[in-house]
Amino acid sequence: MADLVKITVDGRQIEVPHGELVIRAAQDHGVYIPRFCWHPRMREVGMCRMCLVEIETPRGTILTTACTTTAAEGMVVHTASDTAKKAQEGILEFLLINHPLDCPVCDKGGECPLQDQTMAFGPGESRFVEEKRHYEKPIPISDLVFLDRERCILCARCTRFADEIAGDPLIEFKDRGNHTSVETFPDLPFSSYFSGNTVQICPVGALTASAYRFKARPWDLLVVESSCSHCTVGCRISVESSQNHVLRFNGVDNGATNQGWLSDKCRFGFEFIGSEQRLRTPLVKVEGEFREASWAEALDVVADRLGAIIEEQGGDAVGGIGGARSTNEDAYAFGKFMRTVVGSNHLDARLDDGLDARFLAAVSPRAKIADLDRAATILVWAPDLKEESGSLYLRVRHAVQERGAKLVVVHPRRTGLDDRATHKLTYRPGEGPALLGELAGGAGDYAKVLETLSLGPVVAVVGRTGLTEQPQLAEEVAAFALSLPDAKVLPFARRSNVFGALDMGVAPTLLPGRAAAGDSEATGHLEAVWGPIPTQAGRDTMGILQGLVDGDLKALVLLGADPVRDVPAAGIARRGMESAEFVVAIDLFLTDSSELADVVFPAEAFGEKEGTITNLEGRVQKVNRVVTGPGQSQADWTILDDISRRLGKPLGFASAEAISKEIADVAPPYGGISWELLEWDAKEGAVVPYGEAGQPVAYRPDGVDREALAAMSRNPESGAFALHLARTLYDDGVLMRNSLSLHALAPGGAVHLHPADAARLGVSEGSLVEVETVDASVRLPAVIDPSLATGVVYVPFNQPGIPSLGSDLSVVVAAGEEVSA
Amino acid sequence: MIEGIIVTAVANEVHEAFVYIRGEYPKPARRVQQAIDEAYAAGYLGKGIFGTDYDLDVTVHLGGGAYICGEETGLINSLEGKRGEPRIKPPYFPAAKGLYLMPTIVNNVETVSNVPHILAMGADDYRALGHADDTGTFLFSVSGHVKGPGNYELPHGITWRELIFDVAGGIREDRELKAWIPGGASAPWFVPEHHLDLEITKDATAKAGSMLGSGAVIVMDETTCVVKAAERVVRFFSHESCGQCTPCREGTTWMEMILRRVEDGFGRSVDAELLLDISDNISPGLAWPPKQTTICPLGPSAVSPVTSVTRYFRDELMQHIEQGGCPLG
Repeated sequence: MADLVKITVDGRQIEVPHGELVIRAAQDHGVYIPRFCWHPRMREVGMCRMCLVEIETPRGTILTTACTTTAAEGMVVHTASDTAKKAQEGILEFLLINHPLDCPVCDKGGECPLQDQTMAFGPGESRFVEEKRHYEKPIPISDLVFLDRERCILCARCTRFADEIAGDPLIEFKDRGNHTSVETFPDLPFSSYFSGNTVQICPVGALTASAYRFKARPWDLLVVESSCSHCTVGCRISVESSQNHVLRFNGVDNGATNQGWLSDKCRFGFEFIGSEQRLRTPLVKVEGEFREASWAEALDVVADRLGAIIEEQGGDAVGGIGGARSTNEDAYAFGKFMRTVVGSNHLDARLDDGLDARFLAAVSPRAKIADLDRAATILVWAPDLKEESGSLYLRVRHAVQERGAKLVVVHPRRTGLDDRATHKLTYRPGEGPALLGELAGGAGDYAKVLETLSLGPVVAVVGRTGLTEQPQLAEEVAAFALSLPDAKVLPFARRSNVFGALDMGVAPTLLPGRAAAGDSEATGHLEAVWGPIPTQAGRDTMGILQGLVDGDLKALVLLGADPVRDVPAAGIARRGMESAEFVVAIDLFLTDSSELADVVFPAEAFGEKEGTITNLEGRVQKVNRVVTGPGQSQADWTILDDISRRLGKPLGFASAEAISKEIADVAPPYGGISWELLEWDAKEGAVVPYGEAGQPVAYRPDGVDREALAAMSRNPESGAFALHLARTLYDDGVLMRNSLSLHALAPGGAVHLHPADAARLGVSEGSLVEVETVDASVRLPAVIDPSLATGVVYVPFNQPGIPSLGSDLSVVVAAGEEVSA
Repeated sequence: MIEGIIVTAVANEVHEAFVYIRGEYPKPARRVQQAIDEAYAAGYLGKGIFGTDYDLDVTVHLGGGAYICGEETGLINSLEGKRGEPRIKPPYFPAAKGLYLMPTIVNNVETVSNVPHILAMGADDYRALGHADDTGTFLFSVSGHVKGPGNYELPHGITWRELIFDVAGGIREDRELKAWIPGGASAPWFVPEHHLDLEITKDATAKAGSMLGSGAVIVMDETTCVVKAAERVVRFFSHESCGQCTPCREGTTWMEMILRRVEDGFGRSVDAELLLDISDNISPGLAWPPKQTTICPLGPSAVSPVTSVTRYFRDELMQHIEQGGCPLG
């Protein structure tokens, strides 16, 4: 904490941190100094000059910009003196002379800082009678963003964001003086994963989003605050709708999570909500064809067939997959449904994400996102955060670039953070454990890396770099990380509310509240509310699917899960579902998986229901309703409650809020967390375990065993390559598939090879390559990728039209037949 | 100059020096480079200069063609390969955070070139040149409507009358002197009624509301339309504005447009006051030395011709507006 100094603003004495910018200090004490270029999350540039104020100095009163002046003891500031006001009015007049004043047709009209500040601080009328500047307009600067250079006031917020925050300096000023304009570079669009943020921070309507242009006026929008569920950060957003259609998401500045930023996937990934493809009525399959059914009819079918299987073969013959796309309340209902109504421990919210549920839910000590800001060293041994979690990527980037933290990145391929890394270690998939052993040993070149890592506090972001990697490696990495000074681990998995679902006990090894299944105390506590729960060992997602294939399991309940698309071993997922005697799916869409179900219930989506979600640091936040679901869609918990009634064991839930109260009762780490708390007092969310609460399972992986690591290392079969299979920001997941602005941005199928391997195989950029694994054989265009190790190929996972290659390490690669042009 | 650089570098324990030359001056740049090459060959620059263990490298950098890169922080940005835009002071005072954020001394070539002469002559003899208030000599570049335009090194303390009529040979075709710009385009103008017998020193010039600046003296005779002259100077600044800050980018262009409209015969009675108020929004109070709402002094520089015309030639400006065109044809 910096020393406090006393300064006087407009005659009022306030105490502010020494060195604080006057514009921020004044705002924190209720004095709003007008501004355009200054943004609280970016470096100050003092360009627009709107925040001119008078400051008394020993050499007389000076007129200067509040955004570039730092508070010092005894400083006297006048923000509204005659001279300051005249200067501010003058700047506004200058900004307006070339502004087209087309507010009636501008998206920004009604929420435009230029409009608002002109009303508050500006002159009444224009004295400008000359010709305004003209440009061709609007011009697309990316697939998602349009630029109107006539409206632009050249504040450099967008260019600074691109450079300073996103690390994609793809827009810049061109020319000078009165001809200055924002431009992209020739043949290089502003194809940043974060381009949409520039639309939000543009203080005029110069940057507009293709998805929102001319759709609504801000004063017509119905707005609620919520948390994004595209990845596990839970970025705070405002969900904005008109006439029951969600029209846009904007970032909300929650210091704990996203600080206002969103990746374009999260900003524009709302289109699926209003998709025409959404399910509107229950569907029942009759003779291989779906037909629309009434709720009563569909529930009868489920009660008959699922009921019969449970009765004849026991609950143990039924598996449940899903819950990661649901709220905590829905996931809790799912867990309670599976364990008490069905009587099965076969339930999992993970879709072969490959990380142990105890590790994800209870690794300890667990880092908070904000710990990144205070870290001396950050270790990222996880998926490429730029592809999987945009705002977490920005936070790490910011910590390194602006706060000077050291960064060590370990990954089989280049990642978005490599340009900021102090050390980057590249390895062949399969050889991660050996590399970890070497690193922990600190011999040779690893000594320097270890030296960097010995600067605490250390925050380690730990996950599975790709889908062929040994699932246990992350725990070993965490064990290593926790041996570093003052270290904490941020466990990383990207699937939506998977952390919440695990906290709700949607895993074979966990009960609600981070308790281990089989723990007698926790079981007793839970049974007091739930009644008896099954005791047999449960299966995870792959176990359930394999059980269906083998005939050990007979029925499957899918809750917002698409294993055929999302599980790397898609073949097993499909065969499992086809083998099942009965499948009931609760879903937004007919997906590759719910297509195979016998009964499908239409569910409510994000924005259509209330509840809570829990992010990767354990932060619980409220999500809210702003539109109603299409047709007869219902919340997951309602559907499960209906089914439970028909099965004769009613869950008896009255509302989602009532479920949240039950969670607080049943799951001690959630004790004290209520919707009311989240709405009013805990605006940045509440971190679990909340308050004084502990958690039953504190999973602290032991130190590094180099021999065990060496045994864990694997190599592909002789003659084969090691496969690196990893997710991309945009892919063929069902939500992306139904968000049309984004689906087209998926990179598509490709096989990346090291240049030496490509030369050896006689493959050049773009030529077709035969790729064969135990699961699939496909022909993909080659991309020469020097960031890989030799002997490795990288294939992006889940791309449109490309079958899954499975999670086997070995892949056989050969030059495809030449296709003549 | 090279000698001056070496002395300055040794005095300040500097080992890297740059000579920044505008991109429009390739021939002078080649000459400077040639001289530097010769100095390297002679062992005056490079590793171990003059046989000592002192290293000094001098690099000639050609700018991209921007007046604003004469401003020290704009120059530094340009040297770093960035857009030629001045930096905010504070915190970017070159002596604290200059080139690549290292402490940096930025001086005019003329200043550095004086150093060896001061050393050679001794401070007392040097001080004996010029005026008691302003010692030594100064380089004047006299241009415009004089018989003898050119560069002259003269001691401080002579009068403007001596400079224009004796040194530069008087007004061409023996016309009347109307006005002159005493120190580069950014300096407020002088007129014969008030300033001809003023001694040329920094203080006297500042007291009279202008500056010696670069020493570029531009002389205008009676045939000069002051509105057109002011428009030309403002257009220069509008063209050279880096565009970074609002008042300079928008204000200089707006003033240029108004002056051109007045010159073209479409002036309005409100234009004189409007010009002054725009000027005031760039340089509050229209005082000297100028205050500024801008990041650097380029914006206020464009105000100088406007205030000069409204101060000394308001009648001529109003004639333009009332007659719908230039009275001088």
